[in-house]
Amino acid sequence: MATRDTDWDGVRLHVVTGKGGTGKTTVAGALALALAADGRRVLLMEVEGRQGIAQLFDVPPLPYAERRIAVGPGTDAHPGGDVFALVADPESALIEYLQMFYGLRHAGSALAKLGVMDFATTIAPGLRDVLLTGKAAEAVRRKDGSRGRTYDAVVMDAPPTGRIGRFLNVSAEVSDLARVGPIRGHADTVQQVIRSPETVVHFVTLLEEMPVQETLDGIAELRTLGGIRPGAVIVNMTRPLALPPRQLQAAAAGKLDQARLAIGLKSAGLDDSHGLAGALAAELAEQARTILGQEEQQQRLDTSDQPCYRLPWVSSGIDLAGLYRLAWALREQKAA
Amino acid sequence: MTGRPSPQLDVDRLIDDRRTRIIVCCGSGGVGKTTIAAAIGLRAAEHGRHVVVLTVDPARRLAQSMGLTSLDNTPRPVRGVKARARQAGNDAEPGGSLHAMMLDMKRTFDEIVEAHADPDRAAQILANPFYQSLSSSFAGTQEYMAMEKLGQLRRADEWDLIVVDTPPSRSALDFLDAPQRLARFLDGKLLRLLTAPAKVGGRAYLRALNAGFGMVTGVLTKILGTQVLKDVQTFVSALDTMFGGFRERADYTYQLLRAPGTAFLVVAAPEEDALREASYFVERLDTERMPLAGLILNRVQQVPAAHLSAARSLAAAEVLQAALSGNTAKGHAGGDDDAPARQLTIAALQLHADRMTQAAAERRIAGGFTAAHPLVPVAEIPAQAEDVHDLEGLRRIGESFASG
Repeated sequence: MATRDTDWDGVRLHVVTGKGGTGKTTVAGALALALAADGRRVLLMEVEGRQGIAQLFDVPPLPYAERRIAVGPGTDAHPGGDVFALVADPESALIEYLQMFYGLRHAGSALAKLGVMDFATTIAPGLRDVLLTGKAAEAVRRKDGSRGRTYDAVVMDAPPTGRIGRFLNVSAEVSDLARVGPIRGHADTVQQVIRSPETVVHFVTLLEEMPVQETLDGIAELRTLGGIRPGAVIVNMTRPLALPPRQLQAAAAGKLDQARLAIGLKSAGLDDSHGLAGALAAELAEQARTILGQEEQQQRLDTSDQPCYRLPWVSSGIDLAGLYRLAWALREQKAA
Repeated sequence: MTGRPSPQLDVDRLIDDRRTRIIVCCGSGGVGKTTIAAAIGLRAAEHGRHVVVLTVDPARRLAQSMGLTSLDNTPRPVRGVKARARQAGNDAEPGGSLHAMMLDMKRTFDEIVEAHADPDRAAQILANPFYQSLSSSFAGTQEYMAMEKLGQLRRADEWDLIVVDTPPSRSALDFLDAPQRLARFLDGKLLRLLTAPAKVGGRAYLRALNAGFGMVTGVLTKILGTQVLKDVQTFVSALDTMFGGFRERADYTYQLLRAPGTAFLVVAAPEEDALREASYFVERLDTERMPLAGLILNRVQQVPAAHLSAARSLAAAEVLQAALSGNTAKGHAGGDDDAPARQLTIAALQLHADRMTQAAAERRIAGGFTAAHPLVPVAEIPAQAEDVHDLEGLRRIGESFASG
């Protein structure tokens, strides 16, 4: 298999978080596609029961089972690899866990009917998380006789930035509750994966005040947890404006030379009689102000010292073509 | 086309109607709910109402925009609320007031325990490891406590309008369901049977069940370990006097949400996910017979030069681009006086085409919602070029609510 030089060589679990509305699921999907280029096998996993992956890839709702949902972009050297998807829910993960460790197949499903599984995953707050991260850790470590690891990479569409620290720091959460129980042992194994160099946490953000603040807070929080590695900051929905800096400033201040715009419009054969130049100048002014605000936010992000990628805004909305476009953008920036 | 237009949501009429006592802003995360709630609160205060805004979002910038360094579990007064000048006359309307607070779910939970248990027992509960997890990280506690706080504010009757911003849940519906779920859990038979089987052992039908529960506790011990179950047991026996109370409190706020004087505003951005959630919510409110005032479609792309289509705009940009490269090829770049004008115009036309495409996509997505819910009134809030920094920014958003 061709090895490209990427920023995350050796990483097998990519945890993707972000504030609501930043496009976390979309970026996780694009990253999975990007990682699946060159014939690699990738598992894309969601844990919040929203069926976001099914909607993103335009497939029917996904079960608690690994299903092939897409093919990564191929290159000259290799055809694209497969992207599998899994929707993990704590209840199914618990039943699976009981089967694996105690052979409690029938008891598990009987108890599920009684609502006991729901009860158990609710009663111990950390349990829910350890089951979900546990499923990801299992997929990362799983081996296939012939080809070594089953998956070259696992991408997890994780809970939002505000909850990510607690979600990943399950060992501490669970050990507060279960000082000895078997879950504690399970949690410790999971933690070995989460805290290994094979795992990183990427933050999806927009260049707006609140998502940037949450990203910086999230990165700072992970650093205090010891061994959980912040990965990239992925700035989503960027819209560059083809103006030199001086004009950008002028546009933001509302001091754009409208006469110039009128000349340009005339030479393009457009009629300026409806105040077109003025209206376009207003559009430029708004966009310029947005961009100047974004540059400020970008500088704040740069203080985090994490690699930063930028993904373009797709004005027509995200469909499969748009998703592949984002996947290429990630590859070009060596995210995958 | 998308059929007939939706009725216009008149937010001003809603806040000017003194019978409106509670406005609940709900919707999925990242749609600007908190900002909308604050903008509604400010506008209502400037229309003479005495308002408290209850938020669950620890957004520092929002607190700062209201002149507060941070928000806490107590309503704090917001300075700088202006009285609105009467439309026709000389004198301003009698001044309103604005308070803001942020939910501290653990503190709120602690207060319930302290209010309902004697000091010794309360201390015992507060120190219990299981209680500590439950009150700080249990899924649903935040929603329950937000509702609890809403009930408290309503009972206190110090404000004539409460604006609530709902927790950033996994799903917008959690806000309706989670309080009931937590109440069912705390008051539930399962919890008590598991932890105190001796109490109920006397009844025949329960005896029959006991064998089953023996297996249940067995499995739970396997999963959780004995310590957890012991903690739960201690917690439950300490909480004994409060049983039933949680359900009752959840029911009270649920009824409050249905009462006349409550209005739900569903907030969404013109995006697929947000509007899908909004649809679920609208349908659910209808099922529950809860009063939906309408949909606030936030951050809608405005295009000043709307009469120039994306296609014509791009075509014109291409013409200019061709002219530019033609001149460059002929070596005239330096002498082309129109080059800067052309470059500027290309940038403007490309931006314009992009915005037109986006606006069209937004209309298509919003059209899906309005076609399915033609009777739901809609108010659009234009996308703001910059983040909201101050009361003036909130006021500007509020101006989009102006009637007519």
